[in-house]
Amino acid sequence: MKILKLILKNSLRHKLRTFLTICGIAIAVIAFGMLRTVVTAWYAGIEASAADRLITRQAVSFIFPLPYTYKDKIANVEGVDQVTFATWFQGVYIDKNQFFPRLAVDPETIFDVYPEWIVTPEEKATFQRERNSCIIGEDIAAMYNLEVGDAMTLEGDIYPGDWQFIIRGIYKKRDQTVDGTGMFFHWDYINERMKVDDPIRVGEVGWYIVKIKDPNQSAEVSRRIDELFLNSSAETKTETERAFQQGFIASFSSIITAMNFMSFVIIGIIMLVLGNTMIMSSRERTREYAVMKTLGFSTPHLTSLILGESMFISFLGGGLGLFLLFPLIEGFGMVVPKNWFPIFNLEEITIVLAASSAILVGIVAAIFPIQKAIRTKIVDGFRFVG
Amino acid sequence: MPPLIQIQDVSKSYMRDSFEVPVLNNINLDIEEGEFMALMGPSGSGKTTLLNLIAGIDKPSSGKIKVSDTDISQLSETALAKWRANNIGFVFQFYNLIPVLTAYENVELPLLLTPLSKKERKKQAETALEIVGLADRMKHYPKQLSGGQEQRAAIARAIVTDPLVIIGDEPTGDLDKNSAEEILTLMERLNKEFKKTLLIVTHDPHAAERANITKHIDKGDLV
Repeated sequence: MKILKLILKNSLRHKLRTFLTICGIAIAVIAFGMLRTVVTAWYAGIEASAADRLITRQAVSFIFPLPYTYKDKIANVEGVDQVTFATWFQGVYIDKNQFFPRLAVDPETIFDVYPEWIVTPEEKATFQRERNSCIIGEDIAAMYNLEVGDAMTLEGDIYPGDWQFIIRGIYKKRDQTVDGTGMFFHWDYINERMKVDDPIRVGEVGWYIVKIKDPNQSAEVSRRIDELFLNSSAETKTETERAFQQGFIASFSSIITAMNFMSFVIIGIIMLVLGNTMIMSSRERTREYAVMKTLGFSTPHLTSLILGESMFISFLGGGLGLFLLFPLIEGFGMVVPKNWFPIFNLEEITIVLAASSAILVGIVAAIFPIQKAIRTKIVDGFRFVG
Repeated sequence: MPPLIQIQDVSKSYMRDSFEVPVLNNINLDIEEGEFMALMGPSGSGKTTLLNLIAGIDKPSSGKIKVSDTDISQLSETALAKWRANNIGFVFQFYNLIPVLTAYENVELPLLLTPLSKKERKKQAETALEIVGLADRMKHYPKQLSGGQEQRAAIARAIVTDPLVIIGDEPTGDLDKNSAEEILTLMERLNKEFKKTLLIVTHDPHAAERANITKHIDKGDLV
């Protein structure tokens, strides 16, 4: 018989209590993993941003447009490789509660600047040729059961009226970090109609996406671009795509912070639950520890015995939680509409954090019982009435 | 040859809140090797405290306790734990077997602290259980044993490391008459046949009669 066997036997002494504690840890690990996955899904855009792309927007606010005429000026800035642009269209497709990004873009350049949206040369050529065409992401195609050749009608809000598009391509995601819920159509198509409906908005674009030759020069190129438009009616603010995305996410920062906080509160709660279990077990065994000390078992032995039991329970709970987390995340990703969380994957860091938390819970929960067992004198242990 | 156990001017007092309660007063006692001594006295007389001091599970407030030339009152807690494992076999009134371990595993428990191999541990634990007459109950858990059998298993656990001294704190105190008789006979056999030094604390004059020598303690003094 070894200490390990005694740890196992002690752990299974109160089977129901151990089972419930294991379930509690498993549920906590699942809740922690789910919350962290939601948080990482929120940050997915930032993670997917390219180092060689800059975003140039109106200096006052993202919601104000920039002149189309800036395009060539930006393209001529030293260090710039290619320029494209996009305009936030918004609109409603079927259900106003179902959101996915709908953007008016430059069909000639958009897929060169965003190589992670993969379209075939034929799809790209048709899209560029037909002014009322659009390309949609594979997730949106799957969600609405759309195919190439189908019509999509958007009900405009920022750009009022009905807008009809024909799907001429469905882009594939380069990898799991890429958003597959976009819809892109010709900026020209919108601009032409504005000439009739709202002439004051003609020639406006939302923001420019600037591909640069050397990512290490991003600060310098940004400064050069912004200097070009200093003291103009539409000054610009250029930043890396990552910084732009972070600024966008910042408006939700309190929600994300709350979710982050909650994920760690859950770990704290389960630490108390396991701690309570270990304290109860340890208290019940006060006399046994006194007997073991009398037999010659010393501090390291009792420490390994109590820590081992705590770790055994937390390992089982953590392992069960992680085992169930994978299918649950996958199921959650399938059930939740793709336009809510375009990228919903269990990240490696989440697995590492969840496993580390389970280990930490096991260690912390054992500290107090170990201290108590060590500090209790043998004679006091024998006098103890539980 | 000097006595196996030498107790020199040992006093012990406990703090109860802010009051110092004296329990033992300047005790001097020698116990020879191979002796079977019974300590008798009324409740609260200090007999169990003296036993605990000799067993090294408590420390005297003053004085010296030498067991086989080792002054155990000077040992650190860690050294004392090691010393107990090598030199003392303890039999408790309420057996104190580990309930999740079988009789065999309980007896094997002290051997886990020794460098013995699994095979050697098995041989020694089985021998101890045979000596106490529990060879056929090795795989039984404490709750599957009678009180007498539990105490015999506890004695097997006490002798399995072949200690210098076997100490019993009211070893028959929780047993019926027949079981108590069996345990006393077993202890007598350990003393006579295996030449073990035994020291027991008892209320029972009949149990004390089985010892070679009886000492009385009252209000912390040997009388």
